[in-house]
Amino acid sequence: MSSDRLRRISWWDVAIIAITLVVLLVAAGAVDNFGSSRNFGFLVLDLLPIALIALPMTFVVITGEIDLSVASTLGLTSAVLGSLWNQGLPMETIVPLCVLLGAVLGAVNGLFVTVFKLPSLAVTIGTLALFRGLAFVVLGDSAVADFPAAFTSWVTGGVGGGPIPNALVLLVVLAAVAGLVLHATPVGRAVFATGANEQAARFSGIRVDKLKFWLFVSSGAVAGLAGVLWTLRYSSARADNGVGLELAVVAAVLLGGVSIFGGKGALPGVLAGVVLLATLQNALRLEDVTNESLNIVTGVLLIVSVLLPNLGRSLRATLRRRRLRAARHT
Amino acid sequence: MSRTLSSRAVVVAAAATMAVVLTACGGTTKGSDTGPAAPGGSAAAADPDAPLQEGVKMAFLPKQLNNPYSDIEVGGGEAALKELKGEYKLVGPNDASASSQVSYINTLIQQQQDVIAVAANDPNAVCPSLNQARAAGIKVVSFDSDSAKECRDAFVNQATTEGIGQALVELAKEAAGGSGEIAILSATPNATNQNAWIEVVKSELAKPENSGLKLVKTAYGNDDDQKSFQETQGLLQSFPNLKAIVSPTTVGIAAAARYISSSNYQGKVAVTGLGTPNAMREYVKNGTAAKFALWNPADIGYLAAYAGVALKSGQITGQQGEKFTAGKLGEYTIGADGEIVLGPPTVFDASNIDQFDF
Repeated sequence: MSSDRLRRISWWDVAIIAITLVVLLVAAGAVDNFGSSRNFGFLVLDLLPIALIALPMTFVVITGEIDLSVASTLGLTSAVLGSLWNQGLPMETIVPLCVLLGAVLGAVNGLFVTVFKLPSLAVTIGTLALFRGLAFVVLGDSAVADFPAAFTSWVTGGVGGGPIPNALVLLVVLAAVAGLVLHATPVGRAVFATGANEQAARFSGIRVDKLKFWLFVSSGAVAGLAGVLWTLRYSSARADNGVGLELAVVAAVLLGGVSIFGGKGALPGVLAGVVLLATLQNALRLEDVTNESLNIVTGVLLIVSVLLPNLGRSLRATLRRRRLRAARHT
Repeated sequence: MSRTLSSRAVVVAAAATMAVVLTACGGTTKGSDTGPAAPGGSAAAADPDAPLQEGVKMAFLPKQLNNPYSDIEVGGGEAALKELKGEYKLVGPNDASASSQVSYINTLIQQQQDVIAVAANDPNAVCPSLNQARAAGIKVVSFDSDSAKECRDAFVNQATTEGIGQALVELAKEAAGGSGEIAILSATPNATNQNAWIEVVKSELAKPENSGLKLVKTAYGNDDDQKSFQETQGLLQSFPNLKAIVSPTTVGIAAAARYISSSNYQGKVAVTGLGTPNAMREYVKNGTAAKFALWNPADIGYLAAYAGVALKSGQITGQQGEKFTAGKLGEYTIGADGEIVLGPPTVFDASNIDQFDF
């Protein structure tokens, strides 16, 4: 059991965590102003939506599915938040409603995938466009900005006015819950089993469809929460909030060592992937590296992250074959 | 296994319902809180005789990089900072989104710039970080597209909103031959200045002397060439009697003119609006867009740079009535709400377009 859990933390996880730590240390030492507490706050706020959405995305990708509608869910939640606020609902009601809305949108994805047996890639590309379209129906071309300072400053502020961002506490709590569920509960084992071999998982009594359905619901709910935080951080509810964010999330998840084919991955690696991408972006920007170069760096990192584990695997396979052949000849 | 999942679902649903019910009564509603207060700002009085400082570090943050129009604007800023012996820097996102500008403002705060010149993609989204910058002693000049006015020290406006709106209606009237259906092809649905101009256009069209013109649709090309091209196509198909397309954005007008030039609508539907001479030269000469208008964008950046350095040097603080001299452009007086108006737009046509290269 415990060795089983350890095996899931692969050498890639260790490598990506080590690389992330090295990059953080180098940035703190070599990049002016990187290590300041204000910059730390900026870094956390920049990576927050990606890290949050990456938590359920890790589960979804490990089961062999994908959810590309998350950024549109974020945008639609943001638009609905602005619209409800304009209609005079109290913020304390709007926030849970928005998370609930995210869950409902996730349930739509889940239904299409589990009941109609459609591939999640196709379904969520569809809802990516659909939810974004609905966001524009809700809020149109307007933006809502007059949110209460108590809420906006909670998102941008620190614990007790200190340097540790409130948002970080929220992220750490949710990440701890997700990590425990994935790596220490029957649900987590069901996720890995489903991704490794869905047929086998079904035969061993795992309710695969139910599992997937609830994973899409969680993915939607967290995207909804991210939509709330995004809106409050930028004090701006807009239908186009978070456009393209799904790619950043998937990039971080893959960089974090989760196999796009399912069955493999670990949460610490994913979180390291998120931090690595955000740190590189933050530090390189402080060094006046242009956006184009930043995209190139991110692209190369991604290809390397997909390439290296594959190379490692084929190398091991070749070695094993040679050893077998050698054994046969003696 | 299945029991775990379904019972968890019940708990989640119950918790969510509880949260909604519990909080529905009372709470923070619109109007019960007036939003974030602006920081103290510049309390010091302006000293009109203060010399302009050298070595001022000024960063330009346009709406997006690699946009031909923004490139010219910030080019003017670079030229002005060379005259003023300042340090010029250009940063910005590749997409015209509000949130990506915030990260850049944060970076500029960390780099301890002296002045930030920003063309806001969303007037409110950039506000908190601009105020953080001002709290850190950085002067903020908005140019081209204003941020909320409590988040910057001064705003360099290319022209008054009314001036542009009226010019657009006049151009449209001429392009449509006095009357008929017209459509607007704008930038993003949230673009601050485009929306302000369109409002003026609408109120101008409501006047009796413009009753012959009918605005049938405002389409949004998001300042993206391909999207603008497709929106033009859509407009022409939806409105067969369209006489003119008015595009108050340089990307939109060029895309619309390109589509019409290469289609059988050429000669039937005219294009006008705001464009750059280099992008429009071909279409002015082939008659698709006989006339269009624009201020000189390089002058906006130039004026923003002079305003920024004057702010940093304490010559001005952004109060109404303060005066400063902006190099070759001459003397400017700050208007209400810290607004500095560049001047009236230039109209380009076949007779003068070859005198301009931007």
